[in-house]
Amino acid sequence: MASSNSLMDSLFQRSLEDLIKGLRLGESTFISRSLEEIRREIKLTDLSTKSVALQKLSYLAALHGVDMAWAAFHAVEVVSSSRFAHKRIGYHAIAQSFSDQTPVMLLITNQLRKDLNSSNEHEVSLALECLARIGTDDLARDLTSEVFTLLGSSKALVRKKAIGVVLRVFDKYPDAVKVCFKRLVENLESSDPQLLSAVVGVFCELTAKDPRSYLPLAPEFYKILVDSRNNWVLIKVLKIFAKLASIEPRLAKKVADPVCEHMRKQNVGKSLLFECIRTVFSSLSDQETALKLAVAKIREFLVDDDPNLKYLGLHALSIVAGKHLWAVLENKEAVVKAMSDEDPNVKLEALHLLMAMVNEDNVTEISRILMNYALKSDPLFCNEIIGSILVACSRDSYEIIVDFDWYVSLLGEMARVPHCQRGKEIEHQLIDIGTRVKDARLELVRVSRALLIDPALLGNQFLHPILSAAAWASGEYVEFSKSPYEIAEALLQPRTCLLPDSIRAIYIHSAFKVLVFSLGAYFSAQEPTSPPLAQESTSSGHSVVNGFTYNSISSLVNMIELGLCSLSGTIDVEVQERAKNVLGFIGMIKHEIAEKATSQNSETEAHRAIAFMEDVFSEELGPVSSTAQEKVPLPEGLELNENLEGLQEICREVLEPMAESDYSSDKVSFSVAKLRIRDQEEASSSLPPPLESSSLLAEHRKRHGLYYLSSQKSEDHNDREGNDNNTSNEYPPANEISVDSFKPKKKISKPRPVVVKLDEGDEPKRKPDASSSNDESLSRAIQTALMGKGKGKEKEKERVKENHEMNVDTENIEQSSRREKKNKKNGERSSKRSSRRQRGKEASVTKPVEVPDLLL
Amino acid sequence: MIKAVMMMNTQGKPRLAKFYDFLVRCLPVEKQQELIRGVFSVLSSRPENVSNFLEIDSLFGPDSRLVYKHYATLYFVLVFDGSENELAMLDLIQVLVETLDKCFSNVCELDIVFNYSKMHTVLDEIVFGGQVLETRSDEVMKAVEEISKSEAASNSISLVPKSVSGWRGGR
Repeated sequence: MASSNSLMDSLFQRSLEDLIKGLRLGESTFISRSLEEIRREIKLTDLSTKSVALQKLSYLAALHGVDMAWAAFHAVEVVSSSRFAHKRIGYHAIAQSFSDQTPVMLLITNQLRKDLNSSNEHEVSLALECLARIGTDDLARDLTSEVFTLLGSSKALVRKKAIGVVLRVFDKYPDAVKVCFKRLVENLESSDPQLLSAVVGVFCELTAKDPRSYLPLAPEFYKILVDSRNNWVLIKVLKIFAKLASIEPRLAKKVADPVCEHMRKQNVGKSLLFECIRTVFSSLSDQETALKLAVAKIREFLVDDDPNLKYLGLHALSIVAGKHLWAVLENKEAVVKAMSDEDPNVKLEALHLLMAMVNEDNVTEISRILMNYALKSDPLFCNEIIGSILVACSRDSYEIIVDFDWYVSLLGEMARVPHCQRGKEIEHQLIDIGTRVKDARLELVRVSRALLIDPALLGNQFLHPILSAAAWASGEYVEFSKSPYEIAEALLQPRTCLLPDSIRAIYIHSAFKVLVFSLGAYFSAQEPTSPPLAQESTSSGHSVVNGFTYNSISSLVNMIELGLCSLSGTIDVEVQERAKNVLGFIGMIKHEIAEKATSQNSETEAHRAIAFMEDVFSEELGPVSSTAQEKVPLPEGLELNENLEGLQEICREVLEPMAESDYSSDKVSFSVAKLRIRDQEEASSSLPPPLESSSLLAEHRKRHGLYYLSSQKSEDHNDREGNDNNTSNEYPPANEISVDSFKPKKKISKPRPVVVKLDEGDEPKRKPDASSSNDESLSRAIQTALMGKGKGKEKEKERVKENHEMNVDTENIEQSSRREKKNKKNGERSSKRSSRRQRGKEASVTKPVEVPDLLL
Repeated sequence: MIKAVMMMNTQGKPRLAKFYDFLVRCLPVEKQQELIRGVFSVLSSRPENVSNFLEIDSLFGPDSRLVYKHYATLYFVLVFDGSENELAMLDLIQVLVETLDKCFSNVCELDIVFNYSKMHTVLDEIVFGGQVLETRSDEVMKAVEEISKSEAASNSISLVPKSVSGWRGGR
């Protein structure tokens, strides 16, 4: 029975073509049915049936996301067939589905060896292709000698693939360098352009990882650069030199001439020309003639109608912008024009270049123009614009900002751009400027007030961080406020319930600061002012700023009390606790406010309490260095440098799969489209239910005018808005962005205020080099191969010595950590120390590698 | 190196997907499908007549670039890193399409749908383990024809014994 079954299966098996036809009719059920068939067919002994089943499975896996890891063993069976057609299917399946963890990986070593030795060149290429894609450490080690043989093959097809596979073999098994490297280098002199292309491609990849090791091969590469006529080869050689020249400046001088020659040729391919320009910009920018020629040539790209060339031209300019800004300035017309291009890539590159040109003279104007662009752009680009203004202006502790009042009001304007999603950055800068620039605080408080009193802003979750900063600034610098009463009112307005609890807590705390400040002013007033008309005089804000009267202070206290009452029952403990603190404080001083109005006795209990609270809030908050934590001395007996290698060993198994899943979840599952959808969802879900809230808002606005406050104040605000409009009209409209804006204008209206800077820690910390051990051993092997045997032995000794030093180093750690405590510049010191070992190692490894003199 | 080669139609159906980047290749198949969908959603949102390059670090890790070309109902997509030249990659798509055109004379989407295995043969001759090894379509064609021949030869031997071996194996 079984036999007839299998015969039927074999005779009437669906081919791949049948499967595809079936799939075109209807997918989901057909796939699961076909999979059942495949599972049955693949178990049959007949290799033809088995291989067709495997072929169908690989198809479904590649294009329909069907798992095929379970069929690994069957793939091994198929690949062992003597027939070429089966082998092809088998190797295809293996290359597609095997990973380092595949248990049957060990079973294919011999099959690969057999096929690498085959007389059929296409069988050999199948095996090579497979090795190139799935090669593991073991496979690379076991098959090194076969690869070595094939590197000398007389068949070009086999040889170029053998060259290609070397990359994988070296990567997995660095010792293969000892065997194969010489033959690989010999191929650099090949006359066959395809072989040359392959070998140069391999060196391009190798050099990208570790340029220093390949410096000795510079003469060979140079010869190719001068002699070759093949664009593919030349592009790769240029890429190699871009890496080499950046570590060996003398090489740059030498290479510049042939690169210029390629650029000057009449009918040079665009791809090669672009690569020449990029090489000059990235690595040869100190060579004056080359740079000038490249800048002249890049213009051809910038004015070309082909959007690809325009994009690449701008992209190349951004490479050179940091070092030679004049190259960008010379092309500024093209850059400005590209800002209004329809291609988002082109616009983005142009934006980056524009920001590179910003300086303290034109920052106001360029920002103004860009903000106008932002209002008209799609959300994505709008936020790119806002983001790049923020980055450019905050660079080096706001180096290019002279007029901080202007900048703070610009930050406030950003919050009002409808698509603005850069709340976090704006929040950070508002607070940062508050702590660093004393002179900007008045304006900061004014901008904060405008943000706080607008109830509409509370509905946009992207603005919540900005509001949090505004609330903090209003509380911290309340002494600059014209009317503390309206600030407190804004901080406790009903719509603050839309804020997340953490920000509400900040609102309450700021209201507390406002209250303490107001009470302080009230109690410290020399003599009690007469009660009547007080409310008006404070709220108009024009008369005495700090003039609190009995009426005004008690209405402030009542208003805060009323606003916080409802919050004392909130679920969030932070909000609840802060609300209760303030209420408790109010309860303590309330009756004495009344007494103060009648009695002259200044030494009351409340007076002392208020003086104490004022003290608490009066201490100035300064900027905090990012390395501040490291400056805290280590407590006695706390051992931070203890060797935790054992722990690492234990954790490795746990950590590795996690890292993998991190990669997949963070980087891979991310997609722009999804993100957009999610954003929309979030935005819509964060908004309050439309009906109820909009009616509430309408009612609210009817009662208070557009803004939260009484009509008198909104008039005041309108005045200011009018001014804003006037000033903005003075700037040229966005589409008329003029080249003149980049010309330095010398008009310094007022001196730049003091910006508090920290000695260290303002710039982000450099990450220590994390090169994997495999890379290191590969570069060691390469260097040994390039130096000959005699020196190789020396190297061995050196390595032994190094290891010894490393041990000593770990022993010394405790000692050095003690030394560290005494050192003032701890932050810098410790990072130096951690990289010292590595640098030391590098130096000892790389010292003997020198470029032969004939080239220099 | 080249990290991935993809072909998909304008409805987002993948027609060919080959990953050379080791990290991506070892991802579970569902994740690979997600990647393909991610690429398609970016491509389909782009207007015509704009540049063919995209920075795609979000999907393929740092220093990833993508070049695509839109022919009739198909997108041809290459993902690569900094060791490749953008314009050369654009040319490579051209080489691939030219070769397919020679292979199927006036290639259309259906040719690609029904000749899955031949597509891979062509691609494997051009791109080997992420390296560009051949850019002359004549040479590719020559190799592809030889491979087809040796496949046919190995299959013709098997035609008769297939059923017989089935009998024997069963017994």
